[in-house]
Amino acid sequence: MTNLFNYIPRSSIVHKLTGATKLAALLLLTFASMTSFDTRLLGGMVIFAFAMFGVSKIKLKEVAPVLWFTFVFMVLNNLLIYAFSPEEGVAIYGSRTEICHLFGMYYITWEQLFYQLNVVLKYLVMIPLVLLFVSTTNPSEFAASLNRIGVSYKIAFSVALAMRYIPDVQREYHDISLSLQARGVEMTDKEKLLKRIKNVTTILFPLIMTSMQKIEVISNAMELRSFGKEKKRTWYAARPFRKADYAVIAGSVLVVLLSVGLTFLNGGRFYNPFI
Amino acid sequence: MQKIPVIEFNNFGYQYNAQAEPTLSGVDLTIYKGEKVLIAGPSGSGKSTLAHCINGLIPFSYIGEITGSLKINGKETKDMSLFEISKTVGTVLQDSDAQFVGLTVAEDIAFAMENDCTPHEAMLQRVQQAAKEVNVLDVLAHAPHELSGGQKQRVSLAGVLVDDVSVLLFDEPLANLDPATGKAAIELIDDIHKRTEATIVIIEHRIEDVLHRDVDRIILVNEGRIVADMRPDELLCSSLLGDNGLREPLYITALKYAGVQLTEDMCPASMDKMQLSDEMRSQVQSWFRATPPAPEKQKGEELLKADGIRFAYPNGKETLCGIDFELRRGELMCIVGRNGAGKSTFSKVICGFEKPQGGVLYLNGEDIASLTIKERAEHIGYVMQNPNQMISKNMIAEEVGLALTLDGMEPEAIQQKVFDTLKICGLYPFRNWPVSALSFGQKKRVTVASILAMGPDIIILDEPTAGQDFRHYTEIMEFLLELNRQGVTIVMITHDMHLMLEYASRAAVFADGRIIADDSPARLLTDGDIISRASLKETSLFTLAVMCGITEPREFVQRFIDHDREVRQR
Repeated sequence: MTNLFNYIPRSSIVHKLTGATKLAALLLLTFASMTSFDTRLLGGMVIFAFAMFGVSKIKLKEVAPVLWFTFVFMVLNNLLIYAFSPEEGVAIYGSRTEICHLFGMYYITWEQLFYQLNVVLKYLVMIPLVLLFVSTTNPSEFAASLNRIGVSYKIAFSVALAMRYIPDVQREYHDISLSLQARGVEMTDKEKLLKRIKNVTTILFPLIMTSMQKIEVISNAMELRSFGKEKKRTWYAARPFRKADYAVIAGSVLVVLLSVGLTFLNGGRFYNPFI
Repeated sequence: MQKIPVIEFNNFGYQYNAQAEPTLSGVDLTIYKGEKVLIAGPSGSGKSTLAHCINGLIPFSYIGEITGSLKINGKETKDMSLFEISKTVGTVLQDSDAQFVGLTVAEDIAFAMENDCTPHEAMLQRVQQAAKEVNVLDVLAHAPHELSGGQKQRVSLAGVLVDDVSVLLFDEPLANLDPATGKAAIELIDDIHKRTEATIVIIEHRIEDVLHRDVDRIILVNEGRIVADMRPDELLCSSLLGDNGLREPLYITALKYAGVQLTEDMCPASMDKMQLSDEMRSQVQSWFRATPPAPEKQKGEELLKADGIRFAYPNGKETLCGIDFELRRGELMCIVGRNGAGKSTFSKVICGFEKPQGGVLYLNGEDIASLTIKERAEHIGYVMQNPNQMISKNMIAEEVGLALTLDGMEPEAIQQKVFDTLKICGLYPFRNWPVSALSFGQKKRVTVASILAMGPDIIILDEPTAGQDFRHYTEIMEFLLELNRQGVTIVMITHDMHLMLEYASRAAVFADGRIIADDSPARLLTDGDIISRASLKETSLFTLAVMCGITEPREFVQRFIDHDREVRQR
């Protein structure tokens, strides 16, 4: 069984940063890559994002399932952009360099290709950064960080608790699915898709029943050990902010400034090589 | 020394809002400082409710009405808060898996301290100390699923020990543990009791196992009332345990069958201390000689055969390292061994849930490697431990007929088949009921019925009696025995030594991915080597037989079992 979103403990600089730092950096860099269409900046960020995999000692292979999933999504997204507005690039860059004619209203232009390259680059910045965040951040430490930046500890703790029980629920789902398959509820590709989806919902009933039972036990166990007694709580997994944390946040702010600066310099969000 | 009361129930009663009748009534009970007390009672007797009152979940988490008074350390619990009570009473819950709230052992131990805003440094130190007390230091960084059942329970214990509580409450500490681990748990509780002088309250219905170490008093609860409050020696001389649907220690039952008059000064509560006179010994011996051996059962033809099955989970070490196994038609047998020994994996391989990497499985002499899960299920049914994991329909008849409906059978034929199955399972009167209205044991029957409806030759059950008291246990097992008599071959995966002794004609013992023994339970449970390698527990009957100078102790165990089953069926 593969866990799609999972913390992978290693010893690296990235792992040693606090969860709050990584969350802030992720949000800032996302903002920068979302707002800018400057190919040079995006290109630089793609290189940075993939380089960070090396730095954090996480192998691409370890996150391959999610990587593939998002990759398929990216291709789909690009096809749809082209299908619905094949002349978007032309409108943006104000010139039209035709390469060839496909059919009807569909032409391939350098401008459109360049525009869609930028879209691809945005994906290539975001995907590795999100994956890195998830795989290098210890959930409890992350909860502690959330609490530190002002999120209520009850909400912050529920994040860690969800991480704790996700593998349990997955295992349970797997077991229930097998026992139902044995009774003829088909969930493999022998069955038609619609029927399959209906069959998968059959699993939910027992899954919800067993989870409800568990929730009662868990909430009792937590209350019996003083959860919710004080307005604050301390965290075993908490870590102090260090120089590296400040440096990373400062660096991320710089990237955002750079992206804003480029917008002014280019006279818009787009970098235009066609003039 | 004057006895200081810690917990005082005074004409106490409690009624859940959702219930028509009070669950507890007229409870008078005082537990003194430093005592070690066992609260026992059958399912639904009110013993868990009693525990909830002691740890404060009642009245603070459950809604209901209290009458009379309950004081902890002289203070009325209604006037305290749950948090205040939890600083005095530490609870180790029954389900040590679900109550594990931390992502790692260290965090789970620290949980209560985190909630009390303990500074980080102090927390680290205290965690180390508590982990050392219960011997989990070397797994501090582990996640819950990397631990064994016994380790999880010790972590829960460490998590309450950090609070310096003066009362420790154990809610069914033996549930879900294999016999040897259960024994170790009882020893650990005893050690903690001696070291910390805390007051210990154990809620459990497996009396023989708890009595492995001394307790001061046993409080017997039934139908919401306290029916006995006496020293173990005194209680065992009476017939109160059996009268209230609980199982006596087996050696006590054996002595009673032999006509031995039990008295308190024999110290019957502890096998180690018990004194038997020469006359008593000869009484046991003559009972043994007078009881006829049970006739050998005839062996059926070969039904299922495993030949060198090997299996490893991805990125894991080999879970099954060459399993050879044979099942004959009409057998009722057990698979035993500690957690992780390969029992469940093996049954999953048989059902086709997992594909083995080596070896061949034969059903009626034919290789079944190419059969799908569904195709195998028509011959081999699998009943999971928790019935809630299997039931996916609201109505009983619908649930039992699910597989038939999916098979596209005619509605009339389905109804006929479902009704027949429900009759066999004693569920026919409930055929139009919703599943949610059934008790746990009845739900279990529904799951067995839903498998039975498919007409399998073999049914594999995972822990069929887990969490059941003696009466329900007997009910479920007699039901399975009846199915077996009607020709269904039954395999049970279990930790329950009583179950295996009493019902199985044979048991396969798993250890480290191999079958290390395959023999009659009476012989296995008297073999010291097998017992220690597979985390089993020697039966007290064997010890008794040796004590009485019986030269064939194994035969004694067997005859007792046969005789006992006959007596209970009457």
